[in-house]
Amino acid sequence: MTGGGGDTPASAPPLHRTLGLTDAEYEAIVSTLGRPPEPPELAMYSVMWSEHCSYKSSKVHLRTLPTEGPQVLVGPGQDAGVVDVGDGMACVFKMESHSHPSAIEPYQGAATGVGGIVRDVLSMGARPAALLDPLRFGSLDDERNRFLFGGVVAGIGGYGNCIGVPTVGGEVKFADCHSANPTVNVMCLGFVPADAVLQSRAGEPGSVLLLIGAATGRDGIGGVSVLASQTLEEDAHESRPSVQIGDPFLEKLLIEACLELKDLEILEGLKDLGGAGLTCAVSEAAAGVRLGADLDLDQVALREPGMESFEILISESQERMLAIVRPQDVDAAQAVCTKWGLTGAPVATFVEGGTLTVRRDGDVIARVPARSLADEGPEYDRPAERPDWLDALQAEDPAAASFPGSIEDAFVSVLGSPNVAGTRWAFEQYDSLVQGQTVVGPGADAAVLRIEGTLRAVAVSSDGNGRYGVLDPYAGAVHAVAEAARNVASVGATPAAITNCLNFGNPERPEVMWQFREAIRGMGDACRAFGTPVTGGNVSFYNESGGSAIYPTPVIGMLGILNDYRLLVRSGFPADGLAVYALGVTRPELGGSEYAEVVLGKVCGRPPAIDLEAEARLHRLLAASSRAHVLASAHDCSDGGIAAALTETAIAGGVGFDVVPARGIGAHLWLFSESASRAIVAPTLGSERAFEELAAAHGVPCERIGTTGGDRLRFRDLFDVSLADAIVVYESAIPRLMSAKRVAV
Amino acid sequence: MNFRVVVGVRLKEGLLDPQGKAVESALPSLGWDNVSHVRVGKEIELEIAAPDEAAARTQVTEMAERFLSNPVIETFEILQVAELVTLHGDDKPA
Amino acid sequence: MSEHRPRIGVVTFPGSLDDRDALRAVALMGGDPVSVWHADRSLGGADAIVLPGGFSYGDYLRTGAIARFAPAMESVAAFAAAGGPVLGICNGFQILCEAGLLPGALIRNRGLAFVCRWITIRVDHGSGAFVRTGELLPVPIKHGEGRFVASEDELRRLEAAGQIAFRYCSPAGEASDDFNPNGSAANIAGVWNEAGNVLGLMPHPEHAIDPDLGPTGGQPILQWLLSVARARVPA
Repeated sequence: MTGGGGDTPASAPPLHRTLGLTDAEYEAIVSTLGRPPEPPELAMYSVMWSEHCSYKSSKVHLRTLPTEGPQVLVGPGQDAGVVDVGDGMACVFKMESHSHPSAIEPYQGAATGVGGIVRDVLSMGARPAALLDPLRFGSLDDERNRFLFGGVVAGIGGYGNCIGVPTVGGEVKFADCHSANPTVNVMCLGFVPADAVLQSRAGEPGSVLLLIGAATGRDGIGGVSVLASQTLEEDAHESRPSVQIGDPFLEKLLIEACLELKDLEILEGLKDLGGAGLTCAVSEAAAGVRLGADLDLDQVALREPGMESFEILISESQERMLAIVRPQDVDAAQAVCTKWGLTGAPVATFVEGGTLTVRRDGDVIARVPARSLADEGPEYDRPAERPDWLDALQAEDPAAASFPGSIEDAFVSVLGSPNVAGTRWAFEQYDSLVQGQTVVGPGADAAVLRIEGTLRAVAVSSDGNGRYGVLDPYAGAVHAVAEAARNVASVGATPAAITNCLNFGNPERPEVMWQFREAIRGMGDACRAFGTPVTGGNVSFYNESGGSAIYPTPVIGMLGILNDYRLLVRSGFPADGLAVYALGVTRPELGGSEYAEVVLGKVCGRPPAIDLEAEARLHRLLAASSRAHVLASAHDCSDGGIAAALTETAIAGGVGFDVVPARGIGAHLWLFSESASRAIVAPTLGSERAFEELAAAHGVPCERIGTTGGDRLRFRDLFDVSLADAIVVYESAIPRLMSAKRVAV
Repeated sequence: MNFRVVVGVRLKEGLLDPQGKAVESALPSLGWDNVSHVRVGKEIELEIAAPDEAAARTQVTEMAERFLSNPVIETFEILQVAELVTLHGDDKPA
Repeated sequence: MSEHRPRIGVVTFPGSLDDRDALRAVALMGGDPVSVWHADRSLGGADAIVLPGGFSYGDYLRTGAIARFAPAMESVAAFAAAGGPVLGICNGFQILCEAGLLPGALIRNRGLAFVCRWITIRVDHGSGAFVRTGELLPVPIKHGEGRFVASEDELRRLEAAGQIAFRYCSPAGEASDDFNPNGSAANIAGVWNEAGNVLGLMPHPEHAIDPDLGPTGGQPILQWLLSVARARVPA
């Protein structure tokens, strides 16, 4: 073989494969266009048809989820979901993942994750009002995980604080499977009058698309298809150029400019530029109204010299939005941009037909049907197979193991386990107060945000238990929805709707696809049982390295509605001398429990059983109790069982307790079982009888187990510890681990 | 003429520099236990059009005193001044 | 004659975040809130000025370093020089220091991390009927660059002149290092200018006004501002 001029060596892979497209996908593109694609067109398809943008492995299953309901104004398919919350107001909310970039550059990965989800909420016309961050990392005994945890928290705080959106909730969990694959999910919500929601489907032929915000550089070139559609391997640092850098100051200006455009009533629509950048925003905007668009790359403000057309098309430079305005409003729109120090360039116009035509230097460099890019991506029903290791894992029941020693030691281990312990180290790095509507902030069951101008509030919680997921993905998903609903119910709110982030391994592996399918099935069943439709969300696949996947982790973001925020029920015992009640039934269920992992060193068994109707009755009881003013405190039971729930309640209120564990069940089983559908409540003084009647009317088992008071946590005939000691264990666990040799500055 | 100037800005001596301390305490775990007195500052790089190098220095010094550094807490130093050779049409041919 | 509602101007810079919170707090406390745009020289006929919290210009270069050159700040400086009451909160305090309207400087927290937490401040030198010397006020802090520093000489001068307005302290009022959240010299949380008409503090009184949201230790500080503003209005 000679090294002749221009010949491609036989061993070089075809361009489409380097870009992550399969041969069949390539053939589909050729067939759609009626010719082979030009390189810029191929780049556009490679990002739009990537897993992250097209949901090709998940669409077929996501379709089975319940997405409709009387309160749902906008369901899945637009930039964020929207729910009517009463009094003429709507809540816009969504959750997204940014796990892969965060594994490589935790600060910027998390920061840009915040930036992206905030713009999604802004796209629907709402001022972003709050953030929640459900996070998962590997064990903090490992320096790399401390680096990732520290970087992610700093990034979320650094970005969220600087744009003036309070971070009011979230959670952090730890498991070895997350060691190379942290899970970083971020949820954002905002409020907008129900009749002023900006739909993503807006505009007509002649409408002008203005690109507002940052200049376009080489950030994240191929970020979407390179990072999110392949698993991370050892030489991940080579992907660093693909990580985006965020500028929260610019984002703040963008938020103000877009809201001012909206107030002037000159916005037909607003679209965020996220994954796949300009290509995605323009093609989705056009496809949404069944039109085409003429896109002129010469109008795009560039940050770097010598950028190629495909780079401009797929760049993921942050802090950019597309405003859709009528031609006669362009001047007014640009004046607003100038006021806020932003560029606002008319980069495209909607045209009849459905073709997205891209020009550079006056030449057409791409001509693609918009719908083909945005809506007609490939769909795969990948093979799914129950893993062969599951039976053995489920067969070993931790409740059958004998109790190994001191109950008090077990209690201290569980309380001080990073999954249960206090997360002040993280949430004090977040501004939870800005915008002045945070009635309940981080550290509680659910965050509560007032809706200005009304007495209403929303309660919001994010939850997901990966251990349950690996033991039984169906049950794990059911529990995630149930726990999230139970959390908002605990403050007195009625669960209304969910968003979600589905974090899984490589979908090309049948066992992962099985886990995903089962999780969707569980999520659907639970959402139908609770009347909480799915309004949108995100799927994050390929969370694995070296063939080892993360636990199947559906994370649910639940929105609940409180008609009067003054009726909210807080989670701490507020005073001495109140009766303590346990709601629900405690069974010997330690499968996938914190106790089993921390004390026995095992993740095995089956997750606790869950009766969806019984769970729903508990939610209704808690909401009714708040309306009837009969509760002084309420806190749900989850990780760490009743022992953790009672202790957290005591710590939150600064008041101890004296309780009698149930007979007929082993002490350690009563303390640490994670049976579903339970809560610990303290009725207000004198309301005990009224509460008992309410519980009976709602069909919720209810038993008085003790009294609040004093400065000790007393488990009668078992052990007691001082509240002060418990606080030290609870509050110092994570700071102690994080103070070991900090690496980050 | 065009000059590229680099200004170094750092916290005044005597002010506790916790960033410097954090860097210093992390170094041993990376294999260096022979390092002390770490302080973290910043560099500001800019291009300035000025008649000559002295004028460039004077202007940047004033910029640094009034804006680029805060004399209450910081000191600055001009680290580098380099003439930029550009290929404009109006440059005299060699 | 009914009490006049004083006009309180709240300046918005690019990146200001707690400006809307300050406007809301002013209204709740009985003032007439007026929004002032950084690029305007007019202060909207305000009887008092608030420089709110946030990240003006992203805290780029140094916190407050760019905002201090805003056209509105020229007017604020003149207003202050003429005895007008000015309240600088968090980023506002930082801007006032950069502008030379208050002594000292604010730099990065000694713990290096941003901290959002409810704390207590002690009024070391009060003013008027509302901010009373010796009182303990529960207020929140939320900042990454709140460490107050000044030269030894300057600190001595400030102490002697009674310009230390607030100190971080324990719930019982003890200004110990344990209760110093950011490493500020002498636990200083807020300072007066020499004339006593400009007050800067790192804690956020505007977030401690509404009893539904938490303690109300910010009310006395807003009351001071409104009362001084009211006193300036010709009868």
